[in-house]
Amino acid sequence: MNDNKKQLRIALRNCGFINPEIIDDYISRDGYMALGKCLTEHTPEETIKEIKDSGLRGRGGGGFPTGLKWEITRKSESDQKYVVCNADEGDPGAFMDRSILEGDPHSVIEAMAICGYCIGADKGLVYIRAEYPLAIERLQIALSQAREYGLLGENIFRSGFNFDIEIRFGAGAFVCGEETALIHSMEGLRGEPTFKPPFPSVSGYLGKPTNVNNVETFANIPAILNKGAAWFSSIGTEKSKGTKVFALAGKINNVGLIEVPMGTTLREVIYEIGGGIRDGKKFKSVQTGGPSGGCLTTDFLDTPIDYDNLIDAGSMMGSGGMIVMDEDDCMVAIAKFYLEFTLEESCGKCSPCRIGNKRLHEILDKITSGRGEFQDIERLQLLSQVIKDTSLCGLGQTSPNPVLSTIANFEDEYLAHVNEGKCPAGQCKALLKYEIIEDLCTGCTLCFRNCPVGAISGERRQPHYIDQSLCIKCGVCYEKCKFNAITLS
Amino acid sequence: MTRIKNLADLHKIKEEVQSKNRLRSSLDYPEHLVQIKVGMATCGIASGAKETMKYLNDELEQQAIDAVVTKTGCLGYCYAEPTIEVTLPGKEPVVFGYVDKAKVVEIIDVYIKRGEQVEGIIPLNFQTIDD
Ligand SMILES: Cc1cc2nc3c(=O)[nH]c(=O)nc-3n(C[C@H](O)[C@H](O)[C@H](O)COP(=O)(O)O)c2cc1C
Ligand code: SF4
Ligand code: SF4
Repeated sequence: MNDNKKQLRIALRNCGFINPEIIDDYISRDGYMALGKCLTEHTPEETIKEIKDSGLRGRGGGGFPTGLKWEITRKSESDQKYVVCNADEGDPGAFMDRSILEGDPHSVIEAMAICGYCIGADKGLVYIRAEYPLAIERLQIALSQAREYGLLGENIFRSGFNFDIEIRFGAGAFVCGEETALIHSMEGLRGEPTFKPPFPSVSGYLGKPTNVNNVETFANIPAILNKGAAWFSSIGTEKSKGTKVFALAGKINNVGLIEVPMGTTLREVIYEIGGGIRDGKKFKSVQTGGPSGGCLTTDFLDTPIDYDNLIDAGSMMGSGGMIVMDEDDCMVAIAKFYLEFTLEESCGKCSPCRIGNKRLHEILDKITSGRGEFQDIERLQLLSQVIKDTSLCGLGQTSPNPVLSTIANFEDEYLAHVNEGKCPAGQCKALLKYEIIEDLCTGCTLCFRNCPVGAISGERRQPHYIDQSLCIKCGVCYEKCKFNAITLS
Repeated sequence: MTRIKNLADLHKIKEEVQSKNRLRSSLDYPEHLVQIKVGMATCGIASGAKETMKYLNDELEQQAIDAVVTKTGCLGYCYAEPTIEVTLPGKEPVVFGYVDKAKVVEIIDVYIKRGEQVEGIIPLNFQTIDD
């Protein structure tokens, strides 16, 4: 492979190349060719076999083999079945699915129709968060163009196959990305997960067999059918085929949307594609898998990215959020940030998730505000295990992962907080101390006049003094002093 | 629009669009055009792609340059939005980043009108499925 071209765009093959609002543009790049061939030349079984042979696994997080899911849904007997596209995309910082829908909506529509043909469904539903107005608009335009061409509707390609798609809006709750909660939300019920089995493939929307796939999973389908399972399975690692789209964010130079073959290393992603760490700082950690994932250290930079390696490393693939952290990031505070998110988003059905995460958050808050004690680290680990073991859905089962992985990989930072009252990254405000260096202070009174809480005292032309019990660590004095007389420790 | 009934109908549309694009970018074709794509996904729009597109259209029209400006999705260079791709007839497409009004003027004056190099070209860093 050409060295400066680490990326390979399959799911994003048309994003940035075609006008997403013109169906002919999509067709000019082999759009709807896969659907046409399936309907006129191949049986559903042949098509499912091709998807199975390709090795495609779900890109929504779990990594379940897509062909197998289609086969199970096909075999579930029913008078009515549904194809659902999960476009909830709730991970903080993630925008892979939004970009696909905004840049290439037809690839998802085509794939959903193919899925309908394979499983025996004539109705598709896209569940998308209402906060994605542009994606919704482009999807709507694409749907009406497809209908005008007869690529949706009745008797598509004169094959006798009927299929149409409806859009359903979500209110942007993370838990509604979980497939059972998503289905309940579409049924007009509360967006709460329920126990699996039964899996949606057997009993889903309105109790009918329902095949739920992620946007990016669908976007891969037409390319696989056009170029063949053998081509697709030649890309990637032994158990993870094809590519993965990541939303690269955080302390990295080239923030953006990337698509790399499975097996690419984190180092290649961060340094070659991402252009390295911003402002020449030192890399500390990379977070994958969103609130369900973990923070990896330099030790994992050469790990080839695939589903299994990331799990072995204590994180997970997730849907594709990738947040890079540098030496200035405090890992305890990062764990707390993710927990804050989980707390907001837990549906509240299970006590371990609802109350346990609240307690985890309290302990983390205690540590970051300088009141932590050594035993707190053990408490965090113990409670995390209980939450993992006793929560109903994936949200609760994975919510302690950011805590556990930061303890595993950055225990020294936790220890510095609880034992020495220090935040090595200098992020935890409560542990900071602003002090005036007497020898450098000219007594200009600037800090005294700017301190919002009157924590600074001193006579004109005499060294000033900061009363630590009043100081709120706002840093105003530090910024104001023209003589570098204020230190931060 | 007419209904697409079979694969031949699809192929026909595909070839029409492809040949139109080929002609537009061929120097031998009298009606060749400068083709410009503006990245108009949420990331681009948030960085001002709408203003860039409008300004680009106005400038091209005022200067009577034969060009077609279309919107497209995200090329992935979110850090450098707004991004535009310019294809001069007979040349390979070139992607520019951080395209504000000043950059639009520079791209039109220097790259489009005189065919000279302009700073700010983003090297393509991916392969496509056809490579
Ligand atoms: C809390 C939670 C949130 C989820 N959010 C999403 C999401 O935003 N998008 C998505 O595609 N899958 C999400 N999933 C996974 C879905 O439940 C489901 O596995 C997926 O949509 C199946 O599609 P795939 O096989 O194509 O990946 C989430 C799961 C959990 C537990
Ligand atoms: S684990 Fe949490 S989010 Fe999932 S069902 Fe239970 S309370 Fe709701
Ligand atoms: S601003 Fe600096 S020099 Fe002036 S009084 Fe405060 S510490 Fe001293």
